[in-house]
Amino acid sequence: MTQKSAVPPPDKRRPVIEIRGLNKWYGSYHALRSIDLTVHQGERIVLCGPSGSGKSTLIRCINQLERPNEGSILVHGVEVTRDTAEADKALREVGMVFQHFNLFPHMSVLDNCTLAPTTVRGENRRQAEEKAHAILKKVGMDNHAHKYPTQLSGGQQQRVAIARTLCMDPQVILFDEPTAALDPEMVKEVLDTMVNLARSGVTMLCVTHEMGFARQVAERVLFLDHGTVLEDTTPDAFFDNPRTERARNFLNQIL
Amino acid sequence: MSAFLQDALALVVDPDLFDRYGWRMLEGLWITVKLVGISFTLGLLLGMPLALGRMSDVRPVQLFCRAYIYFFRGSPLLAQLFLIYYGLGSMRGFWQDVGLWWFFRDAWYCSLLAFTLNTAAYQAEIFRGSLLAVPKGQYEACKALGLHRATAFLKVVLPQSMLVALGPLGNELILMIKASAIASLVTVYDVMGVARLAFSRTFDFQVYLWAALLYLLIVEIVRRVLRRIEWRLSRHMVR
Repeated sequence: MTQKSAVPPPDKRRPVIEIRGLNKWYGSYHALRSIDLTVHQGERIVLCGPSGSGKSTLIRCINQLERPNEGSILVHGVEVTRDTAEADKALREVGMVFQHFNLFPHMSVLDNCTLAPTTVRGENRRQAEEKAHAILKKVGMDNHAHKYPTQLSGGQQQRVAIARTLCMDPQVILFDEPTAALDPEMVKEVLDTMVNLARSGVTMLCVTHEMGFARQVAERVLFLDHGTVLEDTTPDAFFDNPRTERARNFLNQIL
Repeated sequence: MSAFLQDALALVVDPDLFDRYGWRMLEGLWITVKLVGISFTLGLLLGMPLALGRMSDVRPVQLFCRAYIYFFRGSPLLAQLFLIYYGLGSMRGFWQDVGLWWFFRDAWYCSLLAFTLNTAAYQAEIFRGSLLAVPKGQYEACKALGLHRATAFLKVVLPQSMLVALGPLGNELILMIKASAIASLVTVYDVMGVARLAFSRTFDFQVYLWAALLYLLIVEIVRRVLRRIEWRLSRHMVR
């Protein structure tokens, strides 16, 4: 667990995401209650908590897959809760990896990786393909570049999904339970990919219950319950000495 | 024995009858193919915007598309054809004033219009269903990657929904081919029109058998083409 030295430290002077007074309701259900959170450049944060605690909703609010009802979210200083061209541009710096991969099934691995760079950023096809090959190589999937997603295992698909996100050069990557839909023997290959990613210094917000991963790469663990952040501390402090009763109960249940 | 066979064959293909009406029947076949081919294609072009309008958040647009689909799916094609050919066709003065009389006095154009409007409503519902069948995660992935709305629709959503739409669209095309026989009631000499003409002059029922076989032939060709397209669209699936 001392490998963390290989991971570059975050830059505490540079906030990437600033969330103030965030509230979200689904009908009368209060999913997020006045969340305040600042994420700095290069920080790696693990969010955990019981099902329905609001952790997924929180990261989905950051890239506007969910619309918050109240509060503000700044990405690189740009308010993203309003529909503006600047907001769209700022959100291009935010990538997301989903629990169910959400690869485009009718496109090859390579086309999955080049669609956004060629259409959104106007990269030419050759340039985009070269970059995609390089990134696929990094996640160990380059030899599958011409296959379709359905021909791959879950772990392989998730690594492709990570590569697809990386092809847009995001400053921040959001992970929404990236290993939860995988068979146990495939969890490790995805986590290894994520650890490598952490070493590159990219900012990561990761909803996961993989404690080994949290200890290995995260500086902060946020524990959410009923839409509130109950603990915001280091992984070691959280897993070894949870302060709140609810965190203790939660940890007892997942251990 | 062979005399019996010849008699039996003459019941199905009488050479004299074939000489008189065989060629006209093939001309009728071409009319049917044109009528269905053009109206189905126009219906496709009209059906997609209707489906999108039906799913639109803009209230008036949505209401218009709903009303359109409700009417053209809910009333008989025959009634729609008569409304256009006899109804609109009775307003001769008006159409002459606006320079569209050439269109509404012609049974073929009126059939084309009725079939187009009718199939567009059905196709709109097929498209709507197939668009809704694309998983939500696909839309989310597009948004998370920052894809433009047009790119997301054309490159991600549409290809996946077309695979779902293909079966029902094929069904609709086959139904259209057979329903097009209705055009014969307003003096269009399609397959059925020629068969009716031949029957009224000869009272030989076998012309209807020929007509049925010709429709069967078109449907069989359509079926095979559809199978190829489906194979092509689904090449990414594990087979």
